[in-house]
Amino acid sequence: MYQIVATKILAPSIKLFEIKAPKVAAKAKAGQFIILRVDDEGERIPLTIADINRNAGTLTIIFQEVGYTTKKLGCLNEGDNIVDFVGPLGQPSEIENYGRIVCVGGGVGVAPLYPITRALKEAGNEVISIIGARSKDLLIFEEEMKAVSDTFMVATDDGSYGHKGFVTDLLKQVLDEQEVKQIWAIGPGIMMKVICATTKPYEVPTIVSMNPIMVDGTGMCGACRVSVGDETKFACVDGPEFDGHLIDWDLALRRMNIFKDEEKRAEAAGSCGGGCGCQ
Amino acid sequence: MPIIKVKTSMPSQDPKVRKSNFNEVATGYTKEMALQEAERCIQCKNEPCRQGCPVEVDIPAFIQKIKDQDFAGAADKLKEKNNLPAVCGRVCPQESQCESFCTLGKKNDPVGIGRLERFAADYQLEAGVLDPEVTQSTGKRVAVVGGGPAGLTAAADLARFGHQVTVFEALHVAGGVLMYGIPEFRLPKEIVQREIDYIRKLGVDIQTNSVIGKLDTVDELLEKGYDAVFIGTGAGLPYFMDIPGENLNGVYSANEFLTRTNLMKAYKFPEAATPIKIGKRVAVVGAGNVAMDGARTALRLGAEESYIVYRRAAEQMPARDEEIEHAEEEGVQFKLLTSPIEIVGTEDGWVKGMTCVEYELGEPDDSGRRRPIKIEGSEFFMEVDTVVMAIGQGPNPLVPSTTPGMELKSKGTIVAEDGTGKTTKDGVFAGGDIVTGAATVILAMGAGKDAAKAINEYLQNK
Repeated sequence: MYQIVATKILAPSIKLFEIKAPKVAAKAKAGQFIILRVDDEGERIPLTIADINRNAGTLTIIFQEVGYTTKKLGCLNEGDNIVDFVGPLGQPSEIENYGRIVCVGGGVGVAPLYPITRALKEAGNEVISIIGARSKDLLIFEEEMKAVSDTFMVATDDGSYGHKGFVTDLLKQVLDEQEVKQIWAIGPGIMMKVICATTKPYEVPTIVSMNPIMVDGTGMCGACRVSVGDETKFACVDGPEFDGHLIDWDLALRRMNIFKDEEKRAEAAGSCGGGCGCQ
Repeated sequence: MPIIKVKTSMPSQDPKVRKSNFNEVATGYTKEMALQEAERCIQCKNEPCRQGCPVEVDIPAFIQKIKDQDFAGAADKLKEKNNLPAVCGRVCPQESQCESFCTLGKKNDPVGIGRLERFAADYQLEAGVLDPEVTQSTGKRVAVVGGGPAGLTAAADLARFGHQVTVFEALHVAGGVLMYGIPEFRLPKEIVQREIDYIRKLGVDIQTNSVIGKLDTVDELLEKGYDAVFIGTGAGLPYFMDIPGENLNGVYSANEFLTRTNLMKAYKFPEAATPIKIGKRVAVVGAGNVAMDGARTALRLGAEESYIVYRRAAEQMPARDEEIEHAEEEGVQFKLLTSPIEIVGTEDGWVKGMTCVEYELGEPDDSGRRRPIKIEGSEFFMEVDTVVMAIGQGPNPLVPSTTPGMELKSKGTIVAEDGTGKTTKDGVFAGGDIVTGAATVILAMGAGKDAAKAINEYLQNK
């Protein structure tokens, strides 16, 4: 059992949990992910690590209550336990001093971007951060990101905060004005696809963090197949970070939707789905 | 008394009924059937059957106990050598092991050793197993990496030698392929769980959710005071064919298909939260035991048509005869001498069929089997909406790639000495599929047993 030691609501339906898992915390690095299971009938879901506190032996995960399992997870409170929490999985981000870099985060993707940005800043990079959300109330980790960035920008789709429009608008501006060595982009699949299309003409290497469907997370099932260049890679062991310019995005986006119908069925039949009184 | 020539048949669920449930197919001998079958054993002096058992079970002795109606005693006899008898009684290929050496088998059916093993083990599980005696501790600590058949066997034997054993299992339950791979209808998970509980009672500490190579490495385990390490991480890397369309929605590796269904209980979806999507027409590519499991699972999940697609001929199928028969009885259709060259998708990326070619048999190849040769112009389209790739698994690289100083073979398996499992790294032993490539449960158990002996000797001399 793994205890939830702290919870925080970051935005409507976006929650932060700090979970006690000292062995995982001792080894985890920026860019890696964990897999958890809420209860004995639960599915294994991957979540990218949003922060690591080695002294306290905890890891921070952030999730949006979008499906059956994330909603069920969201029903839990401080002091509750989940049955399984395994990690750290995947390869850590390649942190070095590149020079001037840009970190772009969208929606809940800002959370996993944060430890990477912090590590890049600590490695001596000049960090330009661009984060975005649909609207101001959905924007998360603003203060955290600001603290580890030399330049910080915000975009909201509805213009309720910062630039009205998309993170790509701001990114394009940066690329037009300054020489950038590398870009990290984490967010919804469609956002990462558009960012890669934006950065390609500038020939700036763009690293994305994939979040495909997984089961075991150790290279055993191949559910997380991603087509990178001419090769099929397993995001769980070869990734989750890949060169975004080489990814077959249409395929990746389609594969994320394999169980969409089942997800609806689970929610309709689910013990939670609001039925537990949590919503 | 004249010898009964035929093996007492195994009662089983009617194929028409069982193909739509996940209950066990073979329901097991009754006491009367077991006594009848045990009587067939002539207790011959030279005991040839024993040489066919990778874990050296004293077969005549346990059968004699059944004859004496001491069923729990029979199970105890089995457990002197075999830590998972209820599992082995179900999934061992006895026809090519113990039973192939049976004296009776020269003229008649061999004694149903596997069926008797299952009977005795089940009897004891049902009657309640007494807690085993825990051997006095030697003070030595051994880490076992991987909680599958090899690791569990090594762990149990090492505990019996008095060593303090910790098993590190990556998944949320121990059992390895017994839990994620072999279907419920062939090996009920309750049975596996109970045999693992017994191993725990021997004093073995099983830590789940522990991915060695990501948490501690093998070197770090040695630094942290483990006196030896056994690696039994199995063949957990699914192979694909590398043909166009393999990443379309609706193409699974057999590992994913079976893991979702068995380990994650997707057949109970949505009560169990893990989904599986099954079409009306399912093609399983390959013809080993895993492929049969996939094809039979597909039927139980509601597929209207389930095909085995295999590029060689019937007599070359690597699956056990029993598995093939069961699949046929349940209505699995066999497209032999056939192989896909492309998986074709709909506009929105779902499988709609496979372009296949037909083969004919030529001269024998390296494996001694007649080589399949493609027939020019034989391309045809096979309409299916789900494809399961069951063409084999390789060694999972997670542990080998994080263990410097341990020699590997070109395909990524670990170099280990035959009979001891000694690797080229001091204090590190390995066995099972991670050494041999994908093989059987019992061979992995045999390797675990050999390694336990060798580790015990190593620790005594250390």
